[in-house]
Amino acid sequence: MTAPRMLFFILATLAIASSLAVIAQRSVVRSAMALVATLFLIAVLFLALEAPMVAFLQILVYAGAIMVLFLFVIMLLHPGASEGRRPLWWGLGSLTALLLALELITFISRSSPPTVQQRSTAGGSFGSPEMLARSLFTDFVLPFEVASVLLLVALIGVVVLAKREVH
Amino acid sequence: MIVDLVIIAAKALLVLLMVLNLAGLLGWIERKGSALIQDRIGANRASIFGFAGLGLVNTLIADPIKFLTKEDFIPSRGDRLLHTLAPCLALFPPLVTFAVIPFGDVLILGERVIPLQVANLNVGILYIFALASLSVYGIAIGAWASNNKFSLLGGVRGSAQMISYEIALGLSVMGILMIYGTLDLQEIARAQGELIWGWLPAWGIFFQPIAFLLFFTAAMAETKRIPFDLPEGESELVAGYHVEYSGGKFLMFFAGEFAEIVIVAALTATLFFGGWQVPFLMRDGFHLPWGGTLPLPHLGVVLLQVGAFLFKVVFFSWLQILLRWTLPRFRYDQVMRLGWKMLLPVALANVVVTAIIIVMTSSSTGP
Repeated sequence: MTAPRMLFFILATLAIASSLAVIAQRSVVRSAMALVATLFLIAVLFLALEAPMVAFLQILVYAGAIMVLFLFVIMLLHPGASEGRRPLWWGLGSLTALLLALELITFISRSSPPTVQQRSTAGGSFGSPEMLARSLFTDFVLPFEVASVLLLVALIGVVVLAKREVH
Repeated sequence: MIVDLVIIAAKALLVLLMVLNLAGLLGWIERKGSALIQDRIGANRASIFGFAGLGLVNTLIADPIKFLTKEDFIPSRGDRLLHTLAPCLALFPPLVTFAVIPFGDVLILGERVIPLQVANLNVGILYIFALASLSVYGIAIGAWASNNKFSLLGGVRGSAQMISYEIALGLSVMGILMIYGTLDLQEIARAQGELIWGWLPAWGIFFQPIAFLLFFTAAMAETKRIPFDLPEGESELVAGYHVEYSGGKFLMFFAGEFAEIVIVAALTATLFFGGWQVPFLMRDGFHLPWGGTLPLPHLGVVLLQVGAFLFKVVFFSWLQILLRWTLPRFRYDQVMRLGWKMLLPVALANVVVTAIIIVMTSSSTGP
């Protein structure tokens, strides 16, 4: 077993363990922290694939910004740690997970196993800041700008909602 | 192969020890320097063989022993696991951030060329911001796990403050990145060795003076010290997010804070004050703009560079401690207003103006 592959298995095991911890915990804050750990480990996986830009954006956006907001809301609302399980949701959730697992298994068994010739890393300029910027500002400039308008709308919406509560 | 690994391990150890030792030294400057500023005597109790010299014994030996031998108190209704995890989360980001900061150019030993930087990442500055964004968890989790309302208030304040100033911090650096055209900190440091008009070093401060003020302010807010110590606020929240911490865990929060000061100083030096550059010092010695040259051996040049970097780091660390003991604390709404209504718009304007100037001068030979 080569060193990169060993690294992959270690990271993958840790990522799966921490994502299991997300749903196995009864405490909401602990679940959130396990999710942070999962996102961080996935970022390290990106780093192992020689895509540092993607890795650090993953940490910056998901682990460092979105999860902080999650935590912030959890700390402010302080939801009860031991909310009873609802059987209906429990059953529906399990059914969906089972379907997803079946889909994945059929998909993986159909596709050909990776050969030695295939590159195990992205390499080259993939995911470099230059390439990312070029594709964002040339090929995908319209979706990019539309997304920014969408964010602006959300921002204005928040301001309107917050103002209403003051009066 | 083995030699390469040893060199990398040695560099990592060197940098880690540099940060930790500087953090310890800053603890001494904080105690004795604050005493000097406030016209007190300061730490003078502990002595070894009658030597209490300048409180060094206190802060370097007696204080850590005191911290480590104290009872480790965990609130009975708090979360034991997260209470223990929080100080680690607070100390981890500042210690690993130093990996991408260059502390010299290259050291040539025989055939071997050793870059004086632990990890050369082409997106180094993103790495730093990514790790800085993780440092919120230390205080947020520590505050929550303590099961104390003062802690929780401090934690909520702290996370709001750090998210707010992260944005201004990121935007303030944008101008520098645009001018030097790279996210690689070593390249940024190298580019600052050029000369403008043949005599002025091309340091970031000369292109982006406003960005420097924005960056330094936002970075000081990120370290959560006076005048931005709202998460702690002794007179309002007792000690904020670390009310329920004692002994070694408190020491970890404390050390993390000082390590953050060192990181802020190192980043300020690298982005705005030439990093390891000494004015007019090239790879083979000094080339003065008015014609004189002073050749130096390679080792001498490297030592000068590393020395210059250390000097700048110590200077900016000292400046932060001086500011901390000089300014009074802001009110919470003032902190938020400063972040969102002043730093953020000015940083945005700085980016736009810098972009316009770069586009206008791109035909001529810019830096």
